[in-house]
Formats: sequence, structure tokens, C-alpha cells
Amino acid sequence: MSAVAAAPPLLEVRGLAMHFPISEGIVLSRKVGDVKAVDGVDFSIARGETLGLVGESGCGKTTTGRCILRLEKPTAGEILFDGRDVNRMERRELTALRRRMQVIFQDPYSSLNPRMKVGEIIAEPIKVHGVEPDGRRRRERVRELLSVCGLDPNFTDRYPHEMSGGQRQRVGIARALALDPEFIVCDEAVSALDVSIQAQVVNLLEDLRERFRLTYLFIAHDLSVVRHLCQRVAVMYLGRIVEMAESDELFDNPLHPYTQALLSAVPIPDPRVEAARAFRVTKGEVPSPINPPSGCVFHPRCPMAVAGCSVSRPALRELRPGHWVACSEAS
Amino acid sequence: MPPLLEVRGLHTEFRTGAGVVRAVDGVSFSVDPGETIAVVGESGSGKSVTALSVLRLVADPPGRITEGQILFDGRDLLDLSPAEMREIRGRDIGMVFQEPMTSLNPVLTISRQITETLEQHQGADRVSAERRALELLQMVGIADPARRLKQYPHQLSGGMRQRVMIAVALACNPKLIIADEPTTALDVTIQAQILELMKSLTHELNVAQIIITHNLGVVARYASRVNVMYAGRIVEAGEADAIYHDPRHPYTMALLGSVPRLDRPRRARLDPVEGQPPDLTRLDGGCAFRPRCRFAVEQCAQARPPLAPAGTGGHLAACFRSAEVGAARDVAA
Repeated sequence: MSAVAAAPPLLEVRGLAMHFPISEGIVLSRKVGDVKAVDGVDFSIARGETLGLVGESGCGKTTTGRCILRLEKPTAGEILFDGRDVNRMERRELTALRRRMQVIFQDPYSSLNPRMKVGEIIAEPIKVHGVEPDGRRRRERVRELLSVCGLDPNFTDRYPHEMSGGQRQRVGIARALALDPEFIVCDEAVSALDVSIQAQVVNLLEDLRERFRLTYLFIAHDLSVVRHLCQRVAVMYLGRIVEMAESDELFDNPLHPYTQALLSAVPIPDPRVEAARAFRVTKGEVPSPINPPSGCVFHPRCPMAVAGCSVSRPALRELRPGHWVACSEAS
Repeated sequence: MPPLLEVRGLHTEFRTGAGVVRAVDGVSFSVDPGETIAVVGESGSGKSVTALSVLRLVADPPGRITEGQILFDGRDLLDLSPAEMREIRGRDIGMVFQEPMTSLNPVLTISRQITETLEQHQGADRVSAERRALELLQMVGIADPARRLKQYPHQLSGGMRQRVMIAVALACNPKLIIADEPTTALDVTIQAQILELMKSLTHELNVAQIIITHNLGVVARYASRVNVMYAGRIVEAGEADAIYHDPRHPYTMALLGSVPRLDRPRRARLDPVEGQPPDLTRLDGGCAFRPRCRFAVEQCAQARPPLAPAGTGGHLAACFRSAEVGAARDVAA
């Protein structure tokens, strides 16, 4: 741990904010507000580490990932990849960055072009970046990537619709690996898969991480998968990180009331455990990011809230070594 | 007491370009009055088609119920005319589907979604139907119900829309609710709210419930009895405790082993169910799980194993080697 902490992180996110403007009127369009999708997020990821980013829909986890990939231009903040700010990169530098940074999407049905054969899908990034101009060698590389991802190399001539969801997701992974990246954003990469297939893909992602020394940002809402796969976890709520710690620490000893609420809401697949479990439903719903609550954004739903919680926004505090919590009541 | 619903030897097929798909291939199960049972399975296992068949909502063509009986409250639903069936749906059997955005009519107010059912089935007049709609919204925990009644589905959050679906399903005091993936589209804290609401209301009103889901945790929390489906058949059925703690079908056992659990120490690796889900147009005469099964023997290729007693109580498993499966679990434990 200390050795990892000493090395400079591969990715560092500082004060990231992404506000989407809301406008009214068609002819004389004017801005009437902002959706504060991401509202001041800081974290870093060490080389070879997997950071989990969890939260419910609308918490900003996907937008955070898209900003890192520079698929969105953030409103504020810095994203340092290997020490360089992604947002200040020129076109040329950005192209080079894309080779080092890849993404695996959630939906294996809509993220593969249905008109392209599997071989073409995987070869495309290799072609675009001019990595392997020789057609024969490129085809060999595609076959190798397929087998690395546990698929039959002869699948190159198939179309996505001829494959199952799990196989398609493996194609998406092979495409992400095609340029030998260092860092992969996995955005709900196993969420759409059936239980029996999900475990196969989780194991594959782990194998690939070791084999190619990959660094992952693993964005997901399934807490049990995140716990299994990630060394560190950040919990987001309404555009902000509310808690961040080493995975075992976070799950064994959650300190933020929202993290506690999330964990207690996940049903355990065992009727005996469920029958014995003290279970409390968290009231209310996630408020709108257009007009978030004052102070701590979780206070309207929080069972521990006190008067001060609606006044000032709690900053992340390190309550235990490496365990950060944005709650004034947590200790 | 006779069961409220008894499905016997149900077969539903779809004629597709790739051949005939036996989506439901000889399924039998029952639901007692006031009981909550689960049908669990992965995509393509036939669990949703089973639900749609019970409601006779399978589109024909391409689908068709070819065989079986669906005895509800003493009558075979398959003998009823479409008009009689319309009376049963929404009155005696309520439905809650996965996607509340698509199962509510986007151009009707919330009030109308509920009053329509009441007027159809109970001959209620506008005023009394509206009064009842307000009561129902209060019952399902919607704040400021008078205002919500005047709104349209798109003005409500996903969780609230699902509460409205539950209100519609309960409007005519049904005996049975069929809930097909009722919380799959919802976030986990909202999922917990909706499931707790359904549990307390069905208990209070003594409504039986069939929960159809792929989520093994949801089943463990809410169902008393469980039917596990694979490739159009029930492969294992029994009390929830027996299914989870003494599985006798290799698929059930593998499925339970493949999910990471928050209450257990982190494992070095997950044990997935190897292989791919079956192509239903290409099933042979053997057990459909055979290619992925570590217990498979020669016999499994010869015939599809029938659902037969395994273990104690009403525990059933469709596996020639269910005794070995039980023994293997004992060794592992």
C-alpha cells in the first residue's frame, strides 16, 4: 500500500465539475439553470489499481467517467493523466492519449456496430491509430485478442447479432484491449449480463488486469461486484463523493449514512440471512440535481441528520487512515 | 385449502424464422391464497412468458399456448373467451411490470389510469372512482396524492410510477398479483422501498403474489417458495430455504455459487457457470443444461430429466443426478 501511495498516481481528478446548462425557448433561447451532474469531485488512481465508483442513477458516476475520457468537456477541474491535464491537450496529444485510455460500455447490444463483423470491430481502432498497417498481421492480432478474451478466434466473421450478450461483451473488451491501453473505464461493464455470465466476465477482467497490468475505473451500481473487483471504492451521491476507502474497510465499516443505506438495501441471496437481518428502508428519493438540497445533499433522507446538516456542505475528512467521509456526524 | 392458481403442463411456443421456440416447455406450479412465490431464471429461461401465458397476454402470432391448464379459482383460464379473460385481468389478477414508463399510458393522468380500471371492473362512477384513486395513492405511499392525481406519468420519478402501478394492480382487490421484474429498473434504495411496500400490502390485503425475477437476493428476502427455470422448464422447485441451502439441481447450485455476496469474505475468484446459455431453437432430446454441467453423464444426453422429488418436503429437481448434487454440496460445506 505505502509503495503504491508513494508513486505518482496514473490518474488524478481535482475539483471536477460538470454542469449541463438548461435552456428555455427555441428562438430566443436563454439559460435558466444548471444540472449539476458532477459537482466537485476529487480522487486519484494508482497504477495497477482498480477504483470502484458506485452510486445510484443520476449520481454523476458515468459523467465522471466521460469527463476522464474527454467525451465531455468539464465545467471546472483538472484531470491529470500521467501528470498531463487531459483538458489542455492539443488534438495530436489527445490522439496519443486515446491509445492509452479505453472504455468498455454497459450495453453489448448498442455499443457494437451491427453492420460490422466482429473482426472489423476489433481491427478498427488498430487501423484508425495506424498501429498495424499490414492487413495480415492485423488479422492475426484480432484473432489473438479474441482468444485472450476467451472467444473462438474464428468468430472474426460473425456479426454481433449472432452472439450472446456475454460473448458480445467479450468483443467489447477485445476492442478496448486492441491498442494495449494502460487505463480502462468500465462503465457498468457487467451490469447488463445474466448472473451466470456476469461471473465469467468479472473473472476475465481480473485476469486481464494482471496479465496486462491494467488500471481500471470500475463504474457500477452493483455493490457486491464492486467489492469483489475493486481495491478502493468511492461512493457518489448527487454529483459528489460522500465516502471513499479501501474496499474491505468501506464494506466492513461504512461510515456515511448513505453508504450504510445502500448496503442495507442490497438483499443477500440467502433466506436465513435475510430473515435475521435488521432492515430499514431509506425514505425518500434522490433529489433533482437541478436544485439540490442545501448543505449536505443527503440530509433530507438521512436518519442521522441534525440542524447543521442543511446549512453547510460537509467536506471529505479522513476519519481513519485512507478512509474519507463527507459527513459532519460520522466518527 | 385448494391452491388459488394451479398451472399444469403449460407449453407456449413461438414460431420464428429460426424455427419453433418452446419458450415454456411443460411448466407446472401452484400458488396458495395469500402466498408469495418466486419464479427465478435468466434471460430466455421462459419466466416472463410463463407470466404472460397465465394472463393470456402472449401475442398470437407468433406465440401460442399449445398445451396445459391454468386453473385459477376453480376455472381453467384457457377455456375463457377473450371478454371473460379481460374481466379477470385487472380485477382478480393484478399486474406489475418491469418498466412503469411503458406500462402506464403516457397521455392519461394518474387519476385516469386508476379510475379506468375501477369503472371497467366495478362499474364505479367518476366521483367514487376518483375518491378511491386518492385512497389508493395514499396507501402506496405517494406524498401529496391530490396533486399527483392530476399529473402525467412523465412527471413522476421511476419509483413513484412503480407505486402507481401497484395502486392500479390493487385497485379492484385482486386475489393474485403477478409482478414481472418489478424493481429491476429501479435503484437499490428505491427497490427496497417498493418491495417492502408490496410485501406489507399483499400481507395486509391477503393477496397472493408471483414475483418473477433474476435477482436471487430479492427472492431470498421475499418468497416462501421458489421455482427455478432454465430453457423453458422448471428445473428445481421447493421451499426457499431448501433451494438456497440444499440445492439439488446443478444449475441452481452453480447460480448460487456464481454471485459475490456482501455478507461473506471476499473470494479470490468467482465460480461462474461455464459456457453460454442454450439456443432454444437447437435443443436436443437431452437435458438442456448438460453442456454446462459438471455432473453430466451419458444418461443426460438420452432424455430430459423430469421434475422429481429430491431432498425433503415438496422439494423437486429435474436432474438424474440430484442425489450426487446434494452429496457434493455436503462435501463442499
